[in-house]
Formats: sequence, structure tokens, C-alpha cells
Amino acid sequence: MTKTLIPNEFLVKIDHIRCRRCKRCILNCGFGVLNFQDRIVADHSKCVACHRCATFCPEGAIWIERNPLCFKPNAHWTPESIKAIYKQAETGGVLLTGMGNDRPYVNYFDHLVLDACQVTNPSIDPLREPMELRTYLGSKPNSLQVETVETKEGSYALATRLSPQIKLETPIIFAGMSFGSISLPAHKALARAAHLSGTLMNTGEGGLHRELYPYSSNIIVQVASGRFGVNQEYLDRAAAIEIKIGQGAKPGIGGHLPGEKVNQEVSQTRMIPAGTDALSPAPHHDIYSIEDLSQLIYALKEATRYTKPVGVKISAVHNAAAIASGIARAGADFVYLDGFRGGTGAAPTIIRDHVGIPIEMAIAAVDDRLRQEGIRNQVSLIAAGGFRHSGDVAKAIALGADIVAIGTAALIAMGCRLCQKCYTGNCSWGIATQRPELVQRLDPEEATERLVNLLRGWSLELKEILGALGVNAVESLRGSRERLRGIGLNQVELEILGVKPAGR
Amino acid sequence: MKNFPRIPSGCSIVGIFNKQAKRFSGADILRAIRVMHDRSNGLGGGFAGYGIYPEYKDCYTFHLMYEGEASQHETEHFLEKHFIIERSEPIPTRPHPRISDVPILWRYFLRVKPRRVESFRGREGTASASSPQFCQVLEETTGEHCDERDFVVEQVILINRCINGAFVASSGKNMGVFKGVGYPEDIGEFYRIEEYEGYLWTGHGRFPTNTPGWWGGAHPFTILDWSVVHNGEISSYGINKRYLEMFGYHCTLQTDTEVIAYLFDLLHRRHGLPLQVACLALAPPFWKDLDGNAGAKGELAGALRQVYGSALLNGPFSIVVGYTGGVIGLTDRIKLRPLVCGERDNFLYLASEECAIREVCPAPDRVWAVKAGEPVIGQLEEGVQP
Ligand code: SF4
Ligand code: SF4
Repeated sequence: MTKTLIPNEFLVKIDHIRCRRCKRCILNCGFGVLNFQDRIVADHSKCVACHRCATFCPEGAIWIERNPLCFKPNAHWTPESIKAIYKQAETGGVLLTGMGNDRPYVNYFDHLVLDACQVTNPSIDPLREPMELRTYLGSKPNSLQVETVETKEGSYALATRLSPQIKLETPIIFAGMSFGSISLPAHKALARAAHLSGTLMNTGEGGLHRELYPYSSNIIVQVASGRFGVNQEYLDRAAAIEIKIGQGAKPGIGGHLPGEKVNQEVSQTRMIPAGTDALSPAPHHDIYSIEDLSQLIYALKEATRYTKPVGVKISAVHNAAAIASGIARAGADFVYLDGFRGGTGAAPTIIRDHVGIPIEMAIAAVDDRLRQEGIRNQVSLIAAGGFRHSGDVAKAIALGADIVAIGTAALIAMGCRLCQKCYTGNCSWGIATQRPELVQRLDPEEATERLVNLLRGWSLELKEILGALGVNAVESLRGSRERLRGIGLNQVELEILGVKPAGR
Repeated sequence: MKNFPRIPSGCSIVGIFNKQAKRFSGADILRAIRVMHDRSNGLGGGFAGYGIYPEYKDCYTFHLMYEGEASQHETEHFLEKHFIIERSEPIPTRPHPRISDVPILWRYFLRVKPRRVESFRGREGTASASSPQFCQVLEETTGEHCDERDFVVEQVILINRCINGAFVASSGKNMGVFKGVGYPEDIGEFYRIEEYEGYLWTGHGRFPTNTPGWWGGAHPFTILDWSVVHNGEISSYGINKRYLEMFGYHCTLQTDTEVIAYLFDLLHRRHGLPLQVACLALAPPFWKDLDGNAGAKGELAGALRQVYGSALLNGPFSIVVGYTGGVIGLTDRIKLRPLVCGERDNFLYLASEECAIREVCPAPDRVWAVKAGEPVIGQLEEGVQP
């Protein structure tokens, strides 16, 4: 084999004086970077900066640096684009990656700021007053009918029957991540954390492992184009059902789980042979139009006797607003919008980095459209795609989302270092892998606790934000763009987001 | 389109209501608001009187404020197109040393032209009052509702939104709003409200945090026979406004109080929710108080929050809402603004401060502080016609 032209991305540095040669780093590295000859030696070319070695070295004797190797500066031909060309010239293939879009596009969240109360309306102290985050996922009618009754409690009773609603104690749910792309302990931790926090996890397209059955009331099951793991029992073991049309990281294309990740457990859960690549097709082969989608929505509602919400997940693309309106009219109870920073276990880099639109714009456009058409109540709007903290969550809700979903943030809570190598199946943190020796590194108990803590922390922060805004219920923030201002945005962007510039 | 700045304010509010529809002079409400002088700063005051136009009680009475004659001409041209004008006259006032910059104040007693409602019914909504092209089609009347009152609501919103320098202060039957820039007691004298008799009066003194000098910005805010006087600020204004837009209400005045009037109109008149239930949606109980209350009330309150979450009025407020059938007093659910209630004989009194009640009714049978989020509703007794 001729020598590769691709320079190393990282350099592994070892302080051989402090190193006591315990070899823990070798055991910990999922990517086979380290080796022992007369001392620890590293194959720099394999390092992905997953930090596992550095985290577990007892002596602090190993660390990772970015390879300082300098390319002749060129504003157009960046080192990334040059290296990508070397790779393709050597392999002739599609370049793969994991996690979300890492390109420096405008981040609209960072150009939006929230309001706060001063004097004329008081802020509310969340430590002393109730502060409500409870949110219901499901389709709501535009109005309610009330009947007069004579009871000791009061004289009116509800006459309208609401369609199924799922109670969430916080407007944050976990995004769809499949068993297969992530490990069983990771999946279990998500389910248990959702259960403990009164919210939902989402199976992704990989089916539902039996060990998750006890958490059924906190699980959204996904029906994706590959139909992996979909049967009556699967639908019955869910609180809600989601038809996945698209994913923010890879709009318009299907899924790919490499055969190496399809072990016995994954094969049983997905109902496919072990060791085979699990390829979900780009479109659903029974959905070629909105009426087909409507049929599937109602087929799933029939199959579950109209007892649970059925929604549709799409990636945020140019005409997301029109699509979302169609989905609402097709009978969906929720629309899940996934922005272009949403993560993935595996996607072609070119798609991940260049297809789709920012979730901020998509939320604003979809919420506006549904309101113009008077059908906003018909669907819950879930938004996802790279939410980094509760500030992003609050802004997304103010723009018009009912609920936000977090995937990448949840993985980071479990230890993920965003090395973007999930598609290799070698995740050193036991998250995006099925290799038994790596999987067993993730303690589901501990991961659960970390996820619960994350949700709790963000929820408390949301309450602080609500209190500062002088409201004590999340529904008073939802869609209240009056409480947002834009900084450094042009007139058109402000218009699309429906916010005024700061200072107005 | 007109664009008014949103002005936060503090305030005094008061309401006096007779359940037998016995009419009494506006002098009482004037005395009641006068004692709360310190709660306003001279930048806004106003009153709503119900039952004051018995001779025209079947007419929609429009109280208009004009910045100039051009706006008046344009508006009258518009009104003539859509309504039969039974009577048109200036609103009587008296010169007042502390009231200046008075706009043209005019009132019209109107009936909807039957043909208008017909065509209004016939056409499916091609543009709603909230769509931008609406201003260009001022001539046309379109919409998707088929109620005469919906038609009137749209015309009011149109005038406020599209005719420069014209503002509808009130539009209900057998009621009217008298408001302007000044201390409320001066405004009342200026409008000679002691010369009117009504069975329900509400009043407002305003303490805005800057000086718009705009008469339309004073309370009460109205639509049809709904009038709202409000002490406080609706922190949820942003979403309340967007919610109302979905139902064709265009909030032109950039004041949070406007949304309250529209929300009552939407929830009670259009959605048919009983007043008590509408209040339960606007100032709902906390979930912690509903959880475990599996009964009919808990179920209803829970469903209301799920469906009407965007209508929840959040932030500090106490309000007195008048309508043909009675009066409603309501505060926000943690009662960040005051509201006191008093009763004697057939009278119900609501005010920011007890002193206002005692000024006009020195020995009420009962006086109590209104509980957070719990409405006080006074209604005309059965069979009583206003
Ligand atoms: S873990 Fe640290 S101390 Fe142990 S062998 Fe590796 S570098 Fe040396
Ligand atoms: S899940 Fe694992 S492989 Fe994927 S980015 Fe995170 S650390 Fe890397």
C-alpha cells in the first residue's frame, strides 16, 4: 500500500517520565491508537480525540494536541477540504461522519436574546413561587365545549373529548437514537431517565429492546422507512408513535447501520439477520405523497385504537412550513422538526454539512404557517437539532416550539466527546458501539443519573428564565416572540424569525 | 398601518354594578376614582357606562376619537357604507382647565345594513383582518363568520388599523366609553358623566411610565359591549396577541389590555364558554392544585389549560370587565395587583382600594379581598332587562 497523503489530525503526547506503564490507556482506547513496546507508543493517525486515555490515565501523563502541521494559509482551500480530497482520492468513496453539522454557519440562537422584567411588571422568584413547565404532547381542539352539571364541586363539566395527550413535566424530551447506533446501556439510561424525569425518550428506528418494556409510558417508538422492529407489540409498548420521514443530519437520505454493529441483540430487536448492514431506504416505499402519509398515520392510529398520539418527524428543509401544514392536515398529532445541526450515528459528511436549514428558522416558519392557517392547536411542535443549553431551549420555545428534543446533549451528558466517529462502532465511551468490552464501560445507573441531572439542571434554569420574564407557566413563553430580540440580524432574518431588533 | 408604542403602566380601577339594572348617575364612579388619585399620574383616565343610551339600546354605539377632520371624513364615509347611521353627534363635553389637546369626539348610533351582513355571510374568508392586504381592501367586507357581531368586530378593527387618526373608543349597544389624557376625575368632569345614568360603571386612573399624550391609550379598552379596565401588565402579551391573530383579532393598539377584551369576546361569545369557565382559562389554577383533583372540575381545568394555554393571562393584573349582563373582577393567579370587593343591597363594588368603595358606600354589608385567580362575577338577576 502506498503511503497515505493525509496528515494526522491529532498528536498523542506522552510524558514518559511521569508514565508508570500501567497500560490503562491502551485498554481504554477504542480506536487502537496505543501500543506498548518498551514504552507506550501511539499511532497518531488513528487518534480521534475521544479523550478516553487522558481521562483515565492515573498520572495525567497522556494528552492530545491538534497537529500543528501548517498548510500554506488559503482562505478558500482550508485544510479540511484539502484532507477530504486526499481521502477520496485514496478511497473513491463517500466520506462518512457522525454527530451533527460542525460548520460555522450563522447560529441564530446566538443572535437572539431574551427579555426580563424591571419595575412595571415584577419578576417572579422561582424559589418562592410555583413555576410550571408542564407540557402536554398531543393534538388539541381549537375550543372546548362545556356542559352544565350540578355537583358539589362546581356547575360545569368538560363535554369535549380530548384526543390522547402525554403529560411531560418538562418541555424537554430525548431525541430519537436507535439501539444499534447506540448501545443498550445508553438506550436503557435514556428510558430510565425519561421515566424518572416525567418525560419521553425516543427509540429511533432500531426497535425496542425487551429490557425497555417497563418504561413504555415514557417511550416514543419510531416507525422509519426500514420498519425495523415494528410489530403490534412494539406499537403497544409505547406512549406515542413517530413516523420518521427525515433526520436533520441527513435530510432526504436513508439510514445506515454497519453490519459490525448488528450483533445478536441488535439483530433480534431490529428483526434482521445478525452481521448484515441495516439499510433503511431514503423514502418510505409506501409513502410517495401526503395522502400516503395520512394513510400510514391512520393505520397506526387504528392499530393502537386511537389511544396514543401519532406524529411525524421531518428534517428542516426549505419548505418545511408547507410540509408541516400538510402533516397537520394529514391527521398527525405532532410534528417533529429536526434542524441541520441535529446529530446522527452515521451520515455522508457532504449531506450533513450542506443540506437542510437552521432549526431556528424552521420553527419560526412552521409556527407562523400553522397560525396563519388557524391549525396551530392541531399539532404539538417538537423542535430538535443541536440545543446546547437551556438558553437555546427557551429561545426555541419563544419562537414557537411546544417541546424540544435533545440528542447530542444527552450523549454528552453520558460522556460523549463529540469525536464524530460514531459510525465506526468504536466509541470508547461505550455509547455508539456494540463491542462488548466497550459497551460494558457505560454504567446504565450512572448514565441515568447524569441524564436526570442534566434535565433537572436545564429545567431549573428554564424556571429562572420564566421568573425573570415575569411569567409562571411555560405556555406564556411559548410562541411569545415579543420576549425575544435580535442582535446582528438583517431585516429579512428578523422578519422570518418574527422578532424585533434589540433596542426596539 | 398604525403603530403605537407599548407603554407599561400602573393604575387604579373601580366598578359599581346594580343587579336590578337600576340606573344611577355617573357621579358615583367619579367620586370613587377620585379618592385613588395617587394611583394615577394624570396621563390617562376613563369610564365605561352601561345602560346609558336606553333610547338607542338596539344600536351599536360607536364612540370615535379623531385626530383631525380628514380622519373623521374618511371614517364617516366608511361607516355610511356598512351601517345605517341612526344618529351622529359630537360627544358632549365641557371646557376643563386641566384637559387639553382634545381630539374630535363623536358618537354614532348604528345599525348594520342587512345587505352587508348577507354578503359578509356569503363570502368565505379570503383575507382576515390580520392579513396585510386587508388595508387595501378597506372597501370590501370579508370574513368567515356569520354573526352580525363578528361583522362589527371586523369593522372596528379595520377602522383602528387602517384609518389614520381614527380610533374607536367603544362599539357596544347601550354603553359607551369616555376616556382621555388627564386625571380620571378631570376626565369625568370634562365628559359630564354625572349627566348619564347607567346600571354599571367602571373607571380607570392610569400611571403610564412615559408620555404618549394619546387619548386612545387610556382605559377602558373595548370590543362590542366588553370593556376592560386593567391595573397591571400582561407579561404574556406576546403570545396572547399571536393567539388572537389566529382568530382574526388584530391587536392594533400595542397595549396588553386590548388582548383581555378580545379574549373575553373569543372565549365567551365565540367559543361559548361560560364566564366562570372563561376566567378559569385566563387565570387557571396551578397544576399542583389540580393534581389529585380527579373530579369534573379538575378535568375541566386541566383540559382548559391544555387547549387555552396561549390565552393564559400571565403577569400582574387586576381587572374589572364590564358587559351588558354584568361585571367580572379577576386577578392574576398569584395576585400581584390589588382588588377589593364590596356588597350592599343590589350593589356590587370592585376597586383597587377599599377606600374607593367606602367613599360611595360607607357601610357595605360585606367587604372582602378577591382571591388570586378566583373571579367575582356579578350578573343581572334573572328576568331583569337592562
Ligand atoms: S494510562 Fe497513563 S500512566 Fe498508564 S500507561 Fe497510559 S500514559 Fe502511562
Ligand atoms: S458517541 Fe462516542 S463515537 Fe460518537 S462522538 Fe460521542 S464519543 Fe465519539
